[in-house]
Amino acid sequence: MSQLLTVAKPRRNIELLLLVLAIGMGVMANALVNLNLGRTFDNDFYTQAAVLAGLSLAVHITLRFRAKYADPVILPVVVALNGLGLAVIHRLDIVTGDTAGQRQWLWTGLAVAAAIAVLWLLKDHRILRRFTYISLVLSVFLLLLPLVPGISAGDVNGATVWIKLGPFTFQPGEIAKITLATFFAGYLSSNRDLILLAGKKIGRLQLPRSRDLGPMVVAWIASVGVLVFQHDLGTSILFFGLFMVMIYVATSRISWVLIGLVLMAVGGFAAYKIFPHVTRRIDTWIHALDPQVIGATGGSGQVVEGLFGMANGGLMGTGLGEGSPDSVPLANSDMIIASIGEELGLVGLFAVVCLYALFIARGFRAALGTRDSFGKLLAVGLAFAFALQCFVIIGGVTRLIPLTGLTTPFLAAGGSSLLANWIIVALLLKISDAARRPTEPAVKPDDKPRKEVHAS
Amino acid sequence: MNQAIRNSWIVAIALFILLFGSISYVQFFDADSLNANPSNNRQLLKTFCSDRGPILVGGHPIAESVATDSDCKYQRKYNDPLLYAGLTGFFSKYAGQYGLESAMRDELAGTTNEALFDRISQAFTGARPQGQSVELTIDPAIQKAAFDMIPDGIAGSIVVMKPKTGAIVAMVSKPSYDTNLMASHDQNSVDAAYAKLVNEPGINLFGSAAYTKTYAPGSVFKLVDTAAALASGKYNKDSVLPNPAAMKFPGIAYTLPNYLYGQCDTQDKATFTFALENSCNTPFASIALDLGQDAITAQADKFGFNDKSLRFPDSVTSSKFPGSSDTLDGPALARSAIGQQDVTATPLQIAMMTAAIANGGKQMKPNLVQTVRTPDLKTVESLKPEMLRQSTTPEIAQQITDWMVSVVDNGIAAAAAVPGVQVAAKTGTAEVGNTGLNNAWFTGFAPANDPQYVVTIMMPNVDVATGAALTSPNASKLFKAVLKK
Repeated sequence: MSQLLTVAKPRRNIELLLLVLAIGMGVMANALVNLNLGRTFDNDFYTQAAVLAGLSLAVHITLRFRAKYADPVILPVVVALNGLGLAVIHRLDIVTGDTAGQRQWLWTGLAVAAAIAVLWLLKDHRILRRFTYISLVLSVFLLLLPLVPGISAGDVNGATVWIKLGPFTFQPGEIAKITLATFFAGYLSSNRDLILLAGKKIGRLQLPRSRDLGPMVVAWIASVGVLVFQHDLGTSILFFGLFMVMIYVATSRISWVLIGLVLMAVGGFAAYKIFPHVTRRIDTWIHALDPQVIGATGGSGQVVEGLFGMANGGLMGTGLGEGSPDSVPLANSDMIIASIGEELGLVGLFAVVCLYALFIARGFRAALGTRDSFGKLLAVGLAFAFALQCFVIIGGVTRLIPLTGLTTPFLAAGGSSLLANWIIVALLLKISDAARRPTEPAVKPDDKPRKEVHAS
Repeated sequence: MNQAIRNSWIVAIALFILLFGSISYVQFFDADSLNANPSNNRQLLKTFCSDRGPILVGGHPIAESVATDSDCKYQRKYNDPLLYAGLTGFFSKYAGQYGLESAMRDELAGTTNEALFDRISQAFTGARPQGQSVELTIDPAIQKAAFDMIPDGIAGSIVVMKPKTGAIVAMVSKPSYDTNLMASHDQNSVDAAYAKLVNEPGINLFGSAAYTKTYAPGSVFKLVDTAAALASGKYNKDSVLPNPAAMKFPGIAYTLPNYLYGQCDTQDKATFTFALENSCNTPFASIALDLGQDAITAQADKFGFNDKSLRFPDSVTSSKFPGSSDTLDGPALARSAIGQQDVTATPLQIAMMTAAIANGGKQMKPNLVQTVRTPDLKTVESLKPEMLRQSTTPEIAQQITDWMVSVVDNGIAAAAAVPGVQVAAKTGTAEVGNTGLNNAWFTGFAPANDPQYVVTIMMPNVDVATGAALTSPNASKLFKAVLKK
């Protein structure tokens, strides 16, 4: 038995306590912004504080009814991040005269509502397994949407990943993250025996039969297509990582991961040679601090301004409202990490990264604890994709790797990302509930955990 | 399966450890070098909305930060901007930082190392850093008088300085502009004003023409030839120089004409006294040909030509002799010796050269800043006269002074005379291409026996009569004003 021994306690009161801290943090951050930028505490401030508390408590109460045993740390962590993001976006709005903050509030409301809907409507995460192939079709559909004339928002900051519906713009790729993970989880949990055992063997390497791999290839082509047709390096890396980690967890074969990494290296080198936008990305990354590269159009100006901001913040930061994060382009979305680094300092940014790490750790924990392989795969896929997304964007902003346009989960201004990530939260909460719930004697036959779950 | 999940978790955590590393690198280990990066103007912009210290002239602010109601809490305001635009420069978020606003930015922002203790205590008390005040050496009355001497439509410059300390008493140039346009918090209006001003002929947006623009010095350069001649030992005060009406060069048709407007054509031999009094060309061209290019260059360097590193405290455009990297042929060297060809000088350079002669050969570093004070009026910095170089010997300086006195008493700069005071001077008229117009120069000092003030006047693109009217008589008025005569 590899199952973790968790004491079957709901822990909802702990969650409530942590939630109060998280809400307090968001409200305090907003208060600091107002104080430091000479704003009065008008009705907006109190309304926003009430809305943040209300939304968080609504999820909390939903959990009490629908997922009593869900992990108590996930929700407070997410509320803290989302609240901080709202405060930073509000802070930037004050200087730039933008209204991104209002839109972010609207999207936060929608995203939380969606999460609550998922928690209410999805009785058990295993139901999603029935939608394996629908998820695949949906993923391909979502990924192709930005290329459809009429609703495509065209080329935005070098990538064609947005669609436009009336006044709203939306990044369907964010949702595709969830549907792809669902597909991989459903497909791999059903077919892992076939993939592992049927097919030719070359040396120690067991090759799967091509018809078993068919759907996987479709999914893989879709994610590579994102790179080729939509110029979106970040999303492409994200999908590839998701794909790799799920196939690894399903098969436990490190050789597949190695082959995948080799493929990625070859593919990456080919992309560097073939696609001019990739070549430029890499070159501006390596030579980021050259004055000509900083000044060039499409050069490293954005990243370097972000680095200057973070250096300006130093260890302790300038304090919210005291720095000038607005001198970085896209300060409230792609570069929000630089804004936080400047005003909250190394200490504040470490705290943010720790919150992310905590969230991801709880996701993995749910994967370990849940009893069905679909749930395990889905939780690992979602948690690892989330980790990879954090790595790609934060690594890009801090010039660890070339900057690619992924959103910073829960912090960055942008509706599709918030919506997708809150749905991920709902799914992980649901899976963690299943993981921590005391084993019930009556299990419906069709949902019976597969045998291999216990053998590991 | 669970083992694979654990392994994936380790990979995820490894990625996060890399992130902790890169964040630490950017915000701690590499932070100093990023902050010092020349492309990084964040430190400067940090103070854009804060209370920067004032720039004072005669106790009154010519640049100050005024509290506003907007989020950008302070607005930089320039008083009498036309009179002081060339000195203060401006501090703009959108058009850059220039002049004293740039050169004294750390003091004005209160972020110098000397202010470190204040900064630490501010960190605890929560007070914002306050800028230090910068008091200039400028005399507002002289500055105004000099400014009014330049007629509108002439892009002239005037410098008044103290030869013994290097303190600048007045420095003006026209046309000027309203620096408040650049300091606006409204980017559109700054962009519009910038686009308009940057194309306006004659305007130097980035500092007074008196130290940023160079002109052919013409005859005032003959002082360099004279010093070089005396220093060589081949000439003395009684030397007789050839003074042909047109200087011939072996093997070519070109001749260098003598100066037309004095008494030069009355004799074909000249003493230094006669040659300087009448500003004859050919005697000095012959000195240069005799001593050679290197000797003249060496003397020019000793007077401060070709110095690229001078700051007063803003960076001074370097004046050039010979101005081309080639070895000059005879005619080119002859023309260079009379301040033509590729020789160029800022009005400040000519004033500094004159100040070196006035100060017994010691050239003092020019300076605009008298004192820097903290907000609680503690003086943290005050003008310390600093010698730049020994330009020539005291004896040669005295000899040249005597001749410059006779230029005023008996010669071409008679209009610069001040009753009861000995004035020493040299004028110049440098031809500007073939336009028939000249750069009219005056440079001189008074009293000759105890030099207190140097006056240098430069009026470009004027005819000979206008040039004469705008130089020596105005110098006389300025000497009277500064010496209270």
